Amino acid sequence: MQYVIDAHDVTKVFNGFTAVNNVSFNLFAGECLGLLGPNGAGKTSTIRMTYAFTPMTSGDLSVFGLDIRTHWREIKGRIGVCQQENSLDPDLTVQQNLEVFGRYFNIPKKAAREKAQKLLEFIAMDHRKRAPVSELSGGMMRRLVLARALINDPELLILDEPTTGLDPQSRHQVWDKLEELRSEGLSILLTTHYMEEASRLCERLIIMDHGEILVQGKPSELIREHTGRNVVEIAKPTDELREFIRSKDLSHDDLGHRILIYGEENDQLFDIIRERFCTDNCSLRMSTLEDVFLRLTGRQLRE
Amino acid sequence: MNIASSFNISWRFIRVWQRNLIVYRRIWKVNFLPPLFEPLFYLLAFGMGLSSLIGTIHYAGLDISYLAFITPAILAINIMYNAFFETTYASFVRMYYQKTFDAMMATPLSLGEVITAEIIWGATKSLFATLIMMGVLSGFGLIHYPDGLLIIPLAFLGGIAFGSIGMFFTGIVPSIDVFNLPIFLFITPMFLFSGTFFPIANLPAWAQKLALALPLTHLVRITRQLCLGLLDTQLLLELGYLMVFCLIFFPLAILSMHRRLVQ
Repeated sequence: MQYVIDAHDVTKVFNGFTAVNNVSFNLFAGECLGLLGPNGAGKTSTIRMTYAFTPMTSGDLSVFGLDIRTHWREIKGRIGVCQQENSLDPDLTVQQNLEVFGRYFNIPKKAAREKAQKLLEFIAMDHRKRAPVSELSGGMMRRLVLARALINDPELLILDEPTTGLDPQSRHQVWDKLEELRSEGLSILLTTHYMEEASRLCERLIIMDHGEILVQGKPSELIREHTGRNVVEIAKPTDELREFIRSKDLSHDDLGHRILIYGEENDQLFDIIRERFCTDNCSLRMSTLEDVFLRLTGRQLRE
Repeated sequence: MNIASSFNISWRFIRVWQRNLIVYRRIWKVNFLPPLFEPLFYLLAFGMGLSSLIGTIHYAGLDISYLAFITPAILAINIMYNAFFETTYASFVRMYYQKTFDAMMATPLSLGEVITAEIIWGATKSLFATLIMMGVLSGFGLIHYPDGLLIIPLAFLGGIAFGSIGMFFTGIVPSIDVFNLPIFLFITPMFLFSGTFFPIANLPAWAQKLALALPLTHLVRITRQLCLGLLDTQLLLELGYLMVFCLIFFPLAILSMHRRLVQ
């Protein structure tokens, strides 16, 4: 099986600080792989190494079977990148942003113009093609960044927090576009803070923290393995409840003012707990990726 | 991108140069005005204001008008300013505020190509400004032809020299305000003491030696000889100085930008 990305023990050290520590992962052709992690987990450093923006300190990394250290130019010609910060060219119009960017890939002028036109239609921005970038809304800018990343017909799309800061309407619009691209077989590597985004778009996820991979797998598998299907959330828990949890050896997180109990058999348990320990401050719900994420990376604030 | 890939420079840099040309052409009227009017301001201030006080200047065995003396300096100073300000303030804005270089680095461009394009673009702006100014100054009969035509390629070479050192500073300044420092310590003294408005022979001996180390001194000297139609072999040495200056600061510019952008 040919991997699109094959990373082996990749490490990145910035001035003595290890941002990425011995990370190994693969991305299969046609797959969407999501990188999750709190701020400073090493997500951006990891993907910056995969598009040859940041050199590795050690390890092996190949993209399309080519070594990133020696074949960076060819690799960069075959991928599309949406960086986290808005890097649209404010000195150019919407259309020029696409065409000029296409020229960086040595796409002939006429072909770049035709491709730009197609992409403007794809992101429904044909009517704004002569507008300066500064006049666009946040959602439009993101769509334009996405279109720009597609100008070279990439085989791999790398997205660093593609929907951060967008309103729900714009976010869903970006998701629709990404799903359309995925259905055409494009391989995607993305980082995100939104669990909904990760579980909707990605077949497989990697959860990182402190520069290391904690777990990787399918969203549903991760939920089953790390939290179970259901969660009982109890506000203002009593000592009696804590004693009950201890005696039953239940998988749980005690946040002081709140307790989360995870498990498969919670429907029955919920009745017992409700009868014995609480009146109206309990809830039973399906566990989510967010529960997995918080269990694995902890609840303390970063930065 | 390791240091070797940053120095991997192909003709692809032209694409980034073209991007700057597109932006320049969009506001070409604004870009054309300064080189058109600046020489006129100088001629008015120095030609009418100062010339009557100074009379003629003895230069290279000739008695020339003060206006003929400073015309080449006006050209050389503008070659310096156009390239230096392009690769300092303008490049810094593209790099730091607009993230333009970040976007370029996600394409097959190398950092060296982006930086080369910025420096060559700065030199191109020097060239454009020189052409416009030469048109104005020639109208006053202040440039000797055909020798004066050599000022055109000279403007490009001078632009690379000052564009490279500007880019070098862009690689090391912590913030955009800090450009005041190289301007105050490097550009302004050159503007005043490089044989621009008075012959360097008027300086004390130690200052003359210092002036000879400055690139603008040599650029002014070549431009002046060309404007006056005094082509000689001595100019090859001056030209050599400028080329060596480019050969040192062009790679240093890439190195300092590599250190800044690639971590």
